[in-house]
Amino acid sequence: MDVLQTDVVIVGAGGAGLRAAIAVAEADPALSVTLISKVYPMRSHTVAAEGGAAGVIKENDSLENHFNDTIGGSDWLADQDAVEFFVEQAPKELTRLEHWGCPWSRDPDGRVAVRPFGGMKIERTWFAADKSGFHILHTLFQTSMKYPSIKRLDEYYTTDLLLEDGRAVGVLSHEMRSGKPVVVLGKAVILCTGGAGRVFPFTTNGAIKTGDGMAMAYRAGVPLQDMEFVQYHPTGLPGTGILISEAARGEGGILVNKDGYRYLQDYGMGPADPWPRKKAMELGPRDRLSQSFWQEQQKGRTIQSKWGDVVHLDLRHLGEKKINERLPFIRDLAKSYVGVDVVTAPIPVRPVIHYTMGGIASDITAGTPLPGLFCAGETACVSINGANRLGSNSLAELLVFGKVAGEAAARLARSVPAPSEASALAQAKAHRARAEALVDGSRGTEAVATIRRDMMATMESGCGIYRTQEGLEQTCTTLRDLRRRYRDVKISDRSWVFNTDLTQALELGAMLEIAETMALSALLRTESRGAHQRLDHPQRDDAGFLTHSMAWRQGDEPPRIDYKPVTITKSQPAARVYGGAAS
Amino acid sequence: MSNTTTVTLEVLRYDPERDQEPRFQSFEVPYDEDWVVLDALNWIKDNADSSLTYRWSCHMAVCGSCGMVVNGEEKLTCKAFLRDYLGRGPIRVEPLRNFPIERDLVVDMEGFMAKLESVKPWIIREEEKPVEDGEYIQLPKQLKRFKHHTLCINCLLCYSACPQVGLNPGFIGPAALALAHRYNLDSRDQGRHERQEVTGSADGVWECTFVSACSEVCPKHVEPGGAIQEQKIANSVDWFLDHLIPGRSNAGRTKE
Ligand SMILES: Cc1cc2nc3c(=O)[nH]c(=O)nc-3n(C[C@H](O)[C@H](O)[C@H](O)COP(=O)(O)OP(=O)(O)OC[C@H]3O[C@@H](n4cnc5c(N)ncnc54)[C@H](O)[C@@H]3O)c2cc1C
Ligand code: FES
Repeated sequence: MDVLQTDVVIVGAGGAGLRAAIAVAEADPALSVTLISKVYPMRSHTVAAEGGAAGVIKENDSLENHFNDTIGGSDWLADQDAVEFFVEQAPKELTRLEHWGCPWSRDPDGRVAVRPFGGMKIERTWFAADKSGFHILHTLFQTSMKYPSIKRLDEYYTTDLLLEDGRAVGVLSHEMRSGKPVVVLGKAVILCTGGAGRVFPFTTNGAIKTGDGMAMAYRAGVPLQDMEFVQYHPTGLPGTGILISEAARGEGGILVNKDGYRYLQDYGMGPADPWPRKKAMELGPRDRLSQSFWQEQQKGRTIQSKWGDVVHLDLRHLGEKKINERLPFIRDLAKSYVGVDVVTAPIPVRPVIHYTMGGIASDITAGTPLPGLFCAGETACVSINGANRLGSNSLAELLVFGKVAGEAAARLARSVPAPSEASALAQAKAHRARAEALVDGSRGTEAVATIRRDMMATMESGCGIYRTQEGLEQTCTTLRDLRRRYRDVKISDRSWVFNTDLTQALELGAMLEIAETMALSALLRTESRGAHQRLDHPQRDDAGFLTHSMAWRQGDEPPRIDYKPVTITKSQPAARVYGGAAS
Repeated sequence: MSNTTTVTLEVLRYDPERDQEPRFQSFEVPYDEDWVVLDALNWIKDNADSSLTYRWSCHMAVCGSCGMVVNGEEKLTCKAFLRDYLGRGPIRVEPLRNFPIERDLVVDMEGFMAKLESVKPWIIREEEKPVEDGEYIQLPKQLKRFKHHTLCINCLLCYSACPQVGLNPGFIGPAALALAHRYNLDSRDQGRHERQEVTGSADGVWECTFVSACSEVCPKHVEPGGAIQEQKIANSVDWFLDHLIPGRSNAGRTKE
């Protein structure tokens, strides 16, 4: 098996991984960085982000405002030391990206423009029309090419972390075009592998968002934190799940039910001003908006469409000029995928799985409980998002903590010796046997697509916007059974060249474990907080649950869940206030 | 066509470990008026033949993975609707042209990646401005000069459509040259001269014969053809001035 020695190993070349790689290169050009990704960097799902990235820059705003919005948005489950650091660093990171060429939209005077976003008291979201993630990703990728110390392994599917004396010392990857295994050893490892929205059937997440890195860390003994918190975005296109960015509401779009009524005013989000009021109505937080959709659906006030129940997002009053300037991609997407020109007709939308607040247990240092292992981006749970992420905080998060992870890994790499090959190779061979058994077809009866479909169905039915004990128990039981069936999974592709049957099977293995942590954490959290709403426990319970859940892997058995305190510095838990009362 | 229930896809198959040469395989796929060609491929993979190999991720025409040739035309398959191909026989799906086939619908894009890097697609400045000093001022009209050239998703449809790429595989090609132009036009950049060494070389802008097939197939209206023509003009002017004004070529150049 080929072995590659490097200083810092980074898995994932989306926004977080690229930012981390550049941070290592800038911290010390003498350190070698190996940046591994299962797709070419510009295919990473950061590319799909539309609305923008939050950072305080305007004179009417303050770091304290951003802090308070984020903590309230998180339903007090975010760690306040991390949020404080995050809001301080975000504007610097966004400015740095400006210096690297990101084509941010501008005010008439040439300064960077900002737009309002949900749950934010003041407009502070930097945007590049409605392709912010696309521009951030391409700017980072193109900038990364100027550092000779960054070597990429594009289209290398990574399956396992390798350990030595209780430290992370590398990974096992598979070159997709040849199927060949390669062991990449380093003095520090950073996981930037993105979220896991694909455990659900209806999602804004691309095919690659299968939570591989979370599963890798979990299998290596690292706990997954706050996995019960999964964000539904209130406005996805029915059928495909394609996102209609919150920017559409930031610019003034309104949501109406079948009577043309702005129903959010019935759920504590009013008054229904004709103009966009911050932290009210359509600019409320995502958890509240998605929950309101469900309530309307119960009341029979949603709209029946050929794709099922929807509500209408109406942008017509913004006018064609503003729509073309600020929301051209939205116009194009709605026209192509649901046949609606937003200039002349409202867009059918419904809530859609969007973001994993939980992830690999981490903190303000981007470190994890496993020495040598760092993480950043959606795969990490720092946690600045707590029970509900505010829109436009995660693009800023991946920059801030991508940099922290890169710098911390660089420091470590300068202080520890290179790992030895022997023990890593032995582990790699054992892991590789799994892939070999699948490809040589010596075993297995269960099809990947069938198990995956059943997993998605049970996640949607039990782990949706509103949850109950009964539904969650059913989902846990089904997932356990699916994990058992997965041990007998088979693939039919016998070639080693670009075997996507194999990668899909391995991704499914990761997703099943992640799904189980989500469902069990949700079952045990007998309260309602942020994106986790229990019909049978409708109140927030600070005495019992102002804590992060931590899921620890227990082999073939379901995980063990324990809890870790939330770091509270200056904002004591209080009621979340939106609508008129918030201004 | 509302009574259509299935469509036939003829998909190119090629596994270098097994096949001497590519072949076509037909699949009958359920028809749904909302489905794109990529949905049909996914249906095949999940229900008929899980070894079918192709790239995709975002399913919203922005990651650039799913470019293929559909009935002879370069398309993003996540935005090519089955309903637009009805009544014209089977739908033929092939990998992009002008690239080696890795397997089935997956092409080898390493050459493209090297070309992209060769044009130095990053901001080049003599002096970096400290982050503490805030953003560069860039007026909306300055942004507008290059904004459309920033929209390239690297889907490679233009390389597949370009006759020159077919004739000279070394040609830097539309997307990479448009990207060079994007940085050249950015008011924050000072690297035009450095890039010209590459874009003005034998494999650079002069290779382009302005057929404009690139701009026609581009799903994002990046207008690579126009970007290349503008660079030809800029390079000629620079060449002319450099010869008229001794020492000019060494001076750092900024834009207005
Ligand atoms: C449609 C959409 C719109 C959004 N809009 C916004 C917005 O406007 N503002 C905002 O703040 N946030 C937004 N978000 C959220 C935000 O975009 C993501 O959270 C963020 O981009 C994730 O970045 P990342 O770098 O962590 O992961 P990704 O960009 O997903 O990258 C993951 C990387 O890991 C690699 N990888 C994964 N598994 C493996 C493996 N097994 N082996 C090798 N490599 C692997 C992948 O190849 C990829 O390079 C949006 C999300 C979506 C889905
Ligand atoms: S799948 Fe991303 S562009 Fe088609």
